[in-house]
Amino acid sequence: MAMVAKTLKRLWSLVVGLEVTGKEFFKPWLTVHYPRQQVDNLDSYRGHIELVPRDDDPAIPRCIMCSRCQDICPSRCITIAFHPVENGDMAPKPLWLNPEIVSPGSRGALPAPERIERVLDRFLLNYSLCSLCGLCVQNCPVAAIRFSKHVYFCGTSREAFHLDLLERMQLGNGISERNPAACP
Amino acid sequence: METVASRSVGDYYTRHFAAEQLVEKTEGETLILNIGPQHPATHGVLRLVVEMDGEYIRRCEPVLGYIHRMQEKMGENRTYVQYLPNMGRVDYLHALAWNWAYVGAVERLMGIVVPERAEIIRIITCELNRISSHLLWWGAYLLDLGAFTPIVYAFADRERIMDILQTVTGSRLTYCYYRIGGVSADIPSDFCGMVRDFIAYFRPRLPMYHDLVTDNIILRGRCEDIGVLSPETARSYGATGPVLRGSGVAYDVRRAEPYSLYNRFAFDIPVGHSGDAMDRYRVRMVEMEQSLAIIEQAMDRMPQGPVMAPDLPERIIPPRGEAYFAVEGARGKIGVYVLSDGSPVPYRVKLRAPGFSNLHVFAELAVGCLLADALSILGSLDLVIPEIDR
Amino acid sequence: MIPTMLHLLAHPFIRIVIALVLTMAFVGVMGLVLVYAERKVAGFIQRRPGPFEVGPHGILQSLADAGKLVGKQLVRPFGADPFLFWAAPILSLAPVVVCFLPIPFGPSLTGMQINVGLVLILAFSGLNTLALCLAGWGSANKYSLLGSARAVSQSVAYEIPLLLAVLAIAFQSGSLDLTEITLAQSRSILSWNVWVQPVAFVIFFVSLVAETNRAPFDLPEAESELTAGFHTEYSGMGFGLFFLAEYTYMIVGCAVASSLFLGGWEGPVADGHWWFLAKTFALLLVMMWFRWTYPRVRFDQLLNVCWKWLIPLGLANLVVTALVIKVVG
Repeated sequence: MAMVAKTLKRLWSLVVGLEVTGKEFFKPWLTVHYPRQQVDNLDSYRGHIELVPRDDDPAIPRCIMCSRCQDICPSRCITIAFHPVENGDMAPKPLWLNPEIVSPGSRGALPAPERIERVLDRFLLNYSLCSLCGLCVQNCPVAAIRFSKHVYFCGTSREAFHLDLLERMQLGNGISERNPAACP
Repeated sequence: METVASRSVGDYYTRHFAAEQLVEKTEGETLILNIGPQHPATHGVLRLVVEMDGEYIRRCEPVLGYIHRMQEKMGENRTYVQYLPNMGRVDYLHALAWNWAYVGAVERLMGIVVPERAEIIRIITCELNRISSHLLWWGAYLLDLGAFTPIVYAFADRERIMDILQTVTGSRLTYCYYRIGGVSADIPSDFCGMVRDFIAYFRPRLPMYHDLVTDNIILRGRCEDIGVLSPETARSYGATGPVLRGSGVAYDVRRAEPYSLYNRFAFDIPVGHSGDAMDRYRVRMVEMEQSLAIIEQAMDRMPQGPVMAPDLPERIIPPRGEAYFAVEGARGKIGVYVLSDGSPVPYRVKLRAPGFSNLHVFAELAVGCLLADALSILGSLDLVIPEIDR
Repeated sequence: MIPTMLHLLAHPFIRIVIALVLTMAFVGVMGLVLVYAERKVAGFIQRRPGPFEVGPHGILQSLADAGKLVGKQLVRPFGADPFLFWAAPILSLAPVVVCFLPIPFGPSLTGMQINVGLVLILAFSGLNTLALCLAGWGSANKYSLLGSARAVSQSVAYEIPLLLAVLAIAFQSGSLDLTEITLAQSRSILSWNVWVQPVAFVIFFVSLVAETNRAPFDLPEAESELTAGFHTEYSGMGFGLFFLAEYTYMIVGCAVASSLFLGGWEGPVADGHWWFLAKTFALLLVMMWFRWTYPRVRFDQLLNVCWKWLIPLGLANLVVTALVIKVVG
């Protein structure tokens, strides 16, 4: 008799399993129907890095060309090109840093230099090598690098992921990129 | 002209394996089967060469190295800080434990004291990561046993953990969040609310899992008394984590050599009785509940303060010396050994991957099993191949 | 002219040909519908929409998949037996069409009403085993070989309880003709055989799941163990035919089950064939529900269930049925 009860109990476990999946059948979908819908937590998304413009002039980056990001990057995906200020260049302005903007892990912004003695030519990022570790963002002394919200970033060639961040910043750091329709 | 016979000889490993077959051959004919490196049940690029008599396994040999990425050698070629992103890629399922093991070793080497807030954040995120790792194991194991639906439920729950960790770490899988001396960013203000919501959601899900799967008679038939691992064998192979605890040895690094603030928390170490696949399964299921308990306790004790050690040197250059730091990962004891010669680059980094030891138990357990049982045992060991190959 | 045509149509041979052609069309359409249904059921159980992109709610998805399968290159692995390798998928699908002939879809909608209809179905569905065996052997692949070995022992074992369950019904109805068995249940819903012979129904349905190699008894394919079992090496329509055959055997099995146990075409209001299809589909849905709920059993457990539980139960059921018929009738 005990054996029959045991067998019935075991068989009942099969019915319980069916009951669970049967209930789930009638519950609403959990998946997000991209591209008709989008996930709602893109604010915390960390895309590739981008340059932060200066508060007083959105065309000039906060970057002081100290090359720390280039040195610390484990994947060596950042290349900075700059030249010293010469007479023909635009007049260098004193760099004014907002003391409230501090890169997350850094131990406070460096004292702002009176004048920048260099001009940034290119800030190249080879995104195909980047592992998004955030060491450059953390180690930037003037919080000139941040993670972008460039979610729907796709390309058809490797070269599409070689970015000039300076150019990108001057074009507005891709304001329209969070729209999936902008993806080619 | 290549013939079928010459092709069937196979590569070096198969030939090497087959050579022993001729010596051992007793009665009847046996079949040498290569399971993997591309096979649905090996979860990556593990390869098993097995000698089969019908569907019974006579001999088994795991072949490793298909995803060897020289993680240890890479440690000798980059500075202490630059090596951080590698850790998330050693074991992508419990990336934060690896983060922690490495960061902990360097901190020990340099004598850095991590602020309490950072320790609590590490505990919460690491335990969340452990739950997500166990959930993925649960789904994948049932997929090995032929149940398709549990993995989708597991992924739905895991997604919530990843959403939480995304708000903190910015990544969803290969986290690089812990830093030498703390964590890279403070938690957002809504973090505790999100975690509490998750706990409230996830607690009632576990009974549903048990109804759907654990109590199911088919699953029990596939797990109970399969792959019985004795405590002695487990220890002699150096198995740790749920594999060892399933055999009844209550060894948990969080208790045995408490690191961080774990000795302040109350949690149980689940152990199995017989050491079969079902015991390993149960241990992991209970561990998820225990992790929830740890997270709850940790959130009640969240102090204010900095998340990075204040007196951190500008450049991480540890003094000459060596340090070993072990943490309890989802798969067992993760150990990182760092040897410094006083330069900005480690002289040697050794990674102790728990999966490597756990895997080699398999060759012994699989002998005499049916093929289906062997894959059930393989699944119950919870292997992550990139971690084994490093 | 027209009377001659009608005369010709009434000829049994022509009737069979027409029935076969209609069956082929039916099989093709139902295959597509079932694949779609299966994926939708899987999706809903897993709380996702399932196929959604091709056509409204993805209803054209299986058509697109079929197109893809047809368009794919047929690859024969090195060392495979060319004749056996290509014969197997054809042999898998071809006999199943015959199985539809004796099934009464409606009161007068039967391809060929013969008094040994059940035997015909059981005999022709047994040929599938041969196809799986050839596929496994002809592929020159160790996984396929293991899969086909499993398929053979599984089919051989489960045909016995299947027959025992059918025999109990045949005893009771005194006929092997599905039309007559259906008619015997026509009084009310309570006279359906599922109430009279619940044990036989359970045995029949479990054996059916095993015979059609469906989860939790899908051992010949067992993708986590044998990658894809007997059809590991098949691509394109080679695989497509096996796939279609699996679903067609499911339809045959569930159609027979609904005639034997659920009163076939009996039902109020709507025409008989709609009721028949509805009952068949209900059983098919249950099979899908099983598949997306349970883990796979192990091989020895599968055979244990058959030899130690289903066959003794089936025999006992048969003896009791015979006794009751002797005493009562």
